[in-house]
Amino acid sequence: MNMREMIEAAAARYPDRRSAIMPALLIAQKEHGHLPGPVLEEVADILGVERVWVYELATFYTLFHTEPVGLFHLQLCDNLSCMLRRSDDLLRHLETVLGIEKGGTTPDGLFTLSTVECLGACEMAPVMQVGDDYHGDLDIARIDALVDRLRAAAGQATGAELAVAEPPGE
Amino acid sequence: MFEPVLLRNMDVPDGHLLSSYEAGGGYQALAKALRQYTPDEIIDLVKQSNLRGRGGAGFPTGLKWSFVPKRADKPKYLCCNADEGEPGTFKDRIIMERDPHQLIEGMAISAYAIGAETAYLYIRGEYVLAIRRLEQAIAEALAKGYLGTRILGSDFNFVMHIHCGAGAYICGEETAMLDSLEGKRAQPRLKPPFPAVAGLYASPTVINNVETLVCVPHIVARGPDWFRGIGPDKSPGPKLYCLSGQVRQPGLYELPMGISLRELVEDRAGGPPPGRRIKAVIPGGVSAPLIPERGLDVGMDFDSLAAAGSMLGSAGVIVIDDSTCMVKVATRIIEFFHHESCGKCTPCREGLNWVVKVLRRVEAGQGAPDDLEQLEALCKGIFGNTFCALGDGAAMGLRAALAHFEHEFVAHIEERRCSFH
Repeated sequence: MNMREMIEAAAARYPDRRSAIMPALLIAQKEHGHLPGPVLEEVADILGVERVWVYELATFYTLFHTEPVGLFHLQLCDNLSCMLRRSDDLLRHLETVLGIEKGGTTPDGLFTLSTVECLGACEMAPVMQVGDDYHGDLDIARIDALVDRLRAAAGQATGAELAVAEPPGE
Repeated sequence: MFEPVLLRNMDVPDGHLLSSYEAGGGYQALAKALRQYTPDEIIDLVKQSNLRGRGGAGFPTGLKWSFVPKRADKPKYLCCNADEGEPGTFKDRIIMERDPHQLIEGMAISAYAIGAETAYLYIRGEYVLAIRRLEQAIAEALAKGYLGTRILGSDFNFVMHIHCGAGAYICGEETAMLDSLEGKRAQPRLKPPFPAVAGLYASPTVINNVETLVCVPHIVARGPDWFRGIGPDKSPGPKLYCLSGQVRQPGLYELPMGISLRELVEDRAGGPPPGRRIKAVIPGGVSAPLIPERGLDVGMDFDSLAAAGSMLGSAGVIVIDDSTCMVKVATRIIEFFHHESCGKCTPCREGLNWVVKVLRRVEAGQGAPDDLEQLEALCKGIFGNTFCALGDGAAMGLRAALAHFEHEFVAHIEERRCSFH
């Protein structure tokens, strides 16, 4: 299915098309990597809803990105249970290894580093989400191994996959 | 010996598949409900069981269901609150990942009881594995006739849809969740009207937590007396406890309601790391006021914890040992609430911003002599003055930290440094 068809399928689940804005934004973000203005307008047009309704959701919910993010978005939990298990040390280490500060993206577009609120996986704290996957019981050695694996995966990725990191042309 | 029921399928290979669930007796409670009971009789069973909502508030589930008007000219909705965002809580995620059919069966029986033909399962978007497993399980259940039209030969029709959240803690508040489902920014509604009368799309709506819903098949299968026989009579049943923080064996534990917090932390979860001592425990996610070590001999149920000045909340038990600075803990908790404040009402939006600034400077050794008075004044301005419980939770948490560990805050201000790091 293309993006429009997926959004239409989502809209069919609700009696009101406005309810489909959130699922549509998730679909659009998967397609485009992030949600720049033209994509938000396309979503509004497909659903036939007010553009401002789409904008206000894209800027309210933290999983929506209106700015580009790296191919691998490292989302380190620093809420209480992870903090108590030294997530601060892991953040400092990641900032050093990647050469960026929290919130930044490496110049090659591979990594964006963020801290996030509780991921709901405190039994394996400290924990970090990368893409769809949770990585738990982290320490410095495991972080290093993970970053190496991700770099290797990026090396093997095709141009099309890497394009996720780039802002789409308008 | 307590026999786990909610987690009984955790170690079953491929326990998330329909074949495994059926092999363990799955969907027989749904068949029994549809064959032997009217919807009102199911509500009565749940009332008799004294099941109270596991999302945090502890409201009696059967009573909540009975508020739905019997005759309504609008469709009724069931919503499952799976937007598990309370820091320290991971029980719903584990159920949905490993035993999604248990939730689907619970939702089907609950929808039958309230007369709903459609349900929305609002799950946090981060829970990718749980979402995939639920999608697969719903497809399996539809194919096998546990969902769909004329379920198991009855007149009951029921479908459920997954709605993925997008990272807003406030969606755990049930009216904010409804606004989010309607495609709006998630902000709590003024009540009344309560959702049972005018909820999703202004239709009668019941919102229940995942753990609440998975209790329902067991109540139907084993009867309300069985359920009430576990733990305190007014707050009974099997309960999931999430253990995390500075404890040797973090994890998900199923034990009776009312078990002592000390037994849970020291015996079941192995106590603090070697050489450390417990300083305090948060019993129910960061919204629940912390309990200092000397108060750990308290029952983990709604009423006992309320009497002790805290709350069961989501039963996210976070253990803090003596190597940890309580000012840092309080700062991190308030930073969280500030970040997640939806911005609708001023005391929460502005007050928490102010509290964070004061706490950060105290933690950094730059606190002013009157900062503790400032903090109390801010708590007073927030508590009881907001639409929803987010601001209250923040104020209660901070007040407990100040009450029990005031000496640490004072030391930061007087010594102009943090002695822990």
